[in-house]
Amino acid sequence: MSANRLLWPLAALAALIVLNVVVTPSFLELRFQDGHLFGSTVDILRNGAPTLLIALGMTLVIATRGIDLSVGAIAAIAAAVACTHIASGGDAITAMLLALGLSALLGVWNGFLVTVVGIQPIIATLVLMIAGRGLAMLLTEGQIITVSDDLYSQVGAGFLVLPIAILISLAALAGVALLTRRTALGMLIEAVGVNPEASRLAGVRSRTIVWTVYVFIAVCSGVAGLMISSNVNSADANNIGLWIEMDAILAVVIGGTSLAGGRYSLVGTLIGALVIQTLTTTVYTIGVPPNVTLVFKAVVVIAVCLLQSPRSAALLRRPARAEEVAAR
Amino acid sequence: MTAMAPTRIPRRFLPVVATFAVFVLTFGAGSVRYEGFASGQVVANLFIDNAHLIVLAVGMTFVILTGGIDLSVGSVLALSTMIAAATLQAGWPVWLSVLAVLASGSTLGLLMGLVIHHFQVQPFIVTLAGMFLARGLCFLISVESVSIKDPAFRAAATDTIGLGGGVVITYAVVVALLVLVAGAYVLHLTRFGRTVYAVGGSESSARLMGLATGRAKVGVYVVSGFCSALGGLLFGLYMLSGYGLHAVGMELDVIAAVVIGGTLLAGGVGYVAGSLVGVLVLGTVQTLISFEGTLSSWWTKIVIGVLLLAFIALQRLIVRRGPGT
Repeated sequence: MSANRLLWPLAALAALIVLNVVVTPSFLELRFQDGHLFGSTVDILRNGAPTLLIALGMTLVIATRGIDLSVGAIAAIAAAVACTHIASGGDAITAMLLALGLSALLGVWNGFLVTVVGIQPIIATLVLMIAGRGLAMLLTEGQIITVSDDLYSQVGAGFLVLPIAILISLAALAGVALLTRRTALGMLIEAVGVNPEASRLAGVRSRTIVWTVYVFIAVCSGVAGLMISSNVNSADANNIGLWIEMDAILAVVIGGTSLAGGRYSLVGTLIGALVIQTLTTTVYTIGVPPNVTLVFKAVVVIAVCLLQSPRSAALLRRPARAEEVAAR
Repeated sequence: MTAMAPTRIPRRFLPVVATFAVFVLTFGAGSVRYEGFASGQVVANLFIDNAHLIVLAVGMTFVILTGGIDLSVGSVLALSTMIAAATLQAGWPVWLSVLAVLASGSTLGLLMGLVIHHFQVQPFIVTLAGMFLARGLCFLISVESVSIKDPAFRAAATDTIGLGGGVVITYAVVVALLVLVAGAYVLHLTRFGRTVYAVGGSESSARLMGLATGRAKVGVYVVSGFCSALGGLLFGLYMLSGYGLHAVGMELDVIAAVVIGGTLLAGGVGYVAGSLVGVLVLGTVQTLISFEGTLSSWWTKIVIGVLLLAFIALQRLIVRRGPGT
């Protein structure tokens, strides 16, 4: 069943890769130089690292029936904090810790609104999505802050054979996979997503779980913000993480996790994030204006959603009883 | 009588009343603080600068009343300015161009509504795809900004109507107010409008009552698409250009205005009049910040965020105390 759900996203990824190989035969080539791997696929991994990291957090949030729209704003705030600290003479480690600490605090705030106050997640996080970018602008005073710090630029642009950014994202993915699939945590998260009230009555500490998930995604967003800003050695509060919440949600949805909560698939999210990033790169390489990527994204999302929707699944599986479904 | 007043106001009107109070307070604060703030023209400018937002908010109110959400409105607005600019540049007559814009917006809304209803995909994700699609289509037409030079269109943009006392409004304001009245009429005095409220209250009950829930669910997205297209025309009048980067993030402003206007995101409760006041509150905040001069524009976002939070908290209180409805 789970293999079945991964079939379409995998097919989409394969189709994209084949298309790329047809257009640029050197697409899959890898070169090893100065201890680094180079190639289009490595670029895709590196550019996709922030999206993957946020999508990872988003998977857990969506599994609890939530959604977090504020990730892009949190990424911008984290980048703004780190860069202003470095620009005013602080060292990179403290700057990054400050940024991540603040991100976690913002996650606590989101979690508070969702679990204690009981606001719908989409609206609770909309508050920070709107106000957060304003806060980031406030921190940078509307300027684009540039920094030059070797340690800081390692986070987004550094290499340890593979780009450090993707290593961080993959490590986080592996960590979450181990933590949720080898312990009961994953099952508890799914239980909260399937029926929050029933799981609370069954003794699951749903409030703590949901709250933790929002803090986790905020920290992921903070790290992603650091990656993006360190890759270009600057913090642009207007543009860092702009629309990344959309990409992350798309990655999760393409990966087969239902927005209605409950079952989630981390591998699916990985594939989803790769599909999104490969799509973006493909559009660049075939020479379509970058802005038009949006049309392709829309087509992919609609296609995947239609294929995964309950009704078309029923149509595909039981053609004979399709009329009964249609009549419902 | 005065002591009774709080209980006399029906609970469902409370958010709208609160929003109106906030509007009066912010406007009053501006009037006290700045000379020339409390003039008729400043109020008229609130409508002139936000005519497109009012139209979008009316469409969004329909969608949110059914418990859905439409993230595509900003992009559809941009697409509409683009279609209008491109067709006028190609020499189409104005009426044909307007018709093309309205038809394309409504069609996009219809398609999204059909997918949402018939494939049971979440509105959030479908309209997100719609948002990407419309934004991408803008850039397919042109990556650059296209200016609108049609004389009739320009005349409609710059002509003003005097209201006496030197206060003037544009035709866009008239259109926006007509849309508002039409929206209120449809919601409260037609079968479609009652079904919209019923679907938001409880979709399964509405269906069991034999109401045409499917038609209402698809219909609200058509309404929202139409309003976005019309809002795009008004925005085109305001900017006199079509551009793929117009109105980036405007869907958030619209949703914020509707929520501040007292419409419950869970659906079933809300009024277009509330959304109008919500837009006016946002407009006043922007005007205040521009009057202040030294405050930077990002304060607008922070203030809107804080207002949004305050109103959501207020809604929570009302819903919690409410008698189970």
